[in-house]
Amino acid sequence: MTDANCPMDRAAVIDRYFLEHRAKLIDLAAFLDRVDRSGDGTVDDFRITAFRKAIEELLESGPGRARRVQEAFSDHSTEPIEQAPMKGALGAFNPNDQA
Amino acid sequence: MYIDPHVHMVSRTTDDYERMALAGCVAITEPAFWAGYDRSSAQGFFDYFRTLTDYEPRRAQQYGIAHHTWLCINPKEAEDLGLAREVLEIIPDFLEKPNVLGIGEIGLNKNSRNELRIFEEHVDLAKRHDQMILIHTPHLEDKLKGTKLILDALENAEVDPGRVLVDHVEEHTVELVLDRGFWAGMTLYPDTKCTPQRAADIFEIYGQERIWINSAGDWGPSDPLAVPKCQQELRARGHFEEMIRKVSYDNPLGFLSQSGKFRTSVE
Ligand SMILES: [Zn+2]
Repeated sequence: MTDANCPMDRAAVIDRYFLEHRAKLIDLAAFLDRVDRSGDGTVDDFRITAFRKAIEELLESGPGRARRVQEAFSDHSTEPIEQAPMKGALGAFNPNDQA
Repeated sequence: MYIDPHVHMVSRTTDDYERMALAGCVAITEPAFWAGYDRSSAQGFFDYFRTLTDYEPRRAQQYGIAHHTWLCINPKEAEDLGLAREVLEIIPDFLEKPNVLGIGEIGLNKNSRNELRIFEEHVDLAKRHDQMILIHTPHLEDKLKGTKLILDALENAEVDPGRVLVDHVEEHTVELVLDRGFWAGMTLYPDTKCTPQRAADIFEIYGQERIWINSAGDWGPSDPLAVPKCQQELRARGHFEEMIRKVSYDNPLGFLSQSGKFRTSVE
């Protein structure tokens, strides 16, 4: 059995999820404000650059936004790197890491 | 009723077994993983494999949960080729244990050459011993590239995709995995992988064939009750019980039963 779409109607989806995601949107705005207010005020971090690019995807119409946001944060190179520089991940690809 | 096909119980308390049993968990599989620190010798892995094949199944059994495991050295410890190969040598001694389903969770972490080399050696080991495979795909920005490298390596090794589960898929990797005939797992994490809501979205968009959900509960931010919470999300959206059972029970049962060792009861 395949449910190709969300079985809820549009109004039910909005009723159920709106407040939660409204809060997340304000969190995003407050986070960007916090970044601006910190340090000397200049923002030059590859993660924030990727973040802003990902936000642009939210304003695109049509499906696939979540996928495109994921791709905006991703490393799109294809060859293995010489050696792992660390164990963790930072959440956004740093273009300056490109060997 | 549900199966959690990826959970690291060595990092959880016995209370979690009880809560999982109360929520309807009947069986789990526990892949070998990184302990949060690098082990200093193959002996450390030997003891870990004994825990996974002896102590942990007994702890689970007390709560009526059938415990299974997958063995490997994880990609986070694969930069040291010497150590990795020593560990690869001791794995065959454990493959006949009754709760060992195969090799896992193997894969890539930072997509380095040595990680890829050790990944390929694990795949070769699995092939030689006719073992199933559970794959870990990298985190965050490394996931897309790592997933592609892993799928290419599996195809080069001519592994039967129906006996390989590629785990931690998200919106940008799920289609790659399913289109090439592999099984896909979604991990439900609070911050870094799928939430129950996004997993439900992925089921709606990509269907419910060859795909499952797991908690990947471990020592980091994670939730051993994530699978029943996703069941709840699907129910709240109005999905049929048949569909909910398929993704949280029938699909893992179907895939894991290929091992010939998977049980859903401790009898
Ligand atoms: Zn894991």
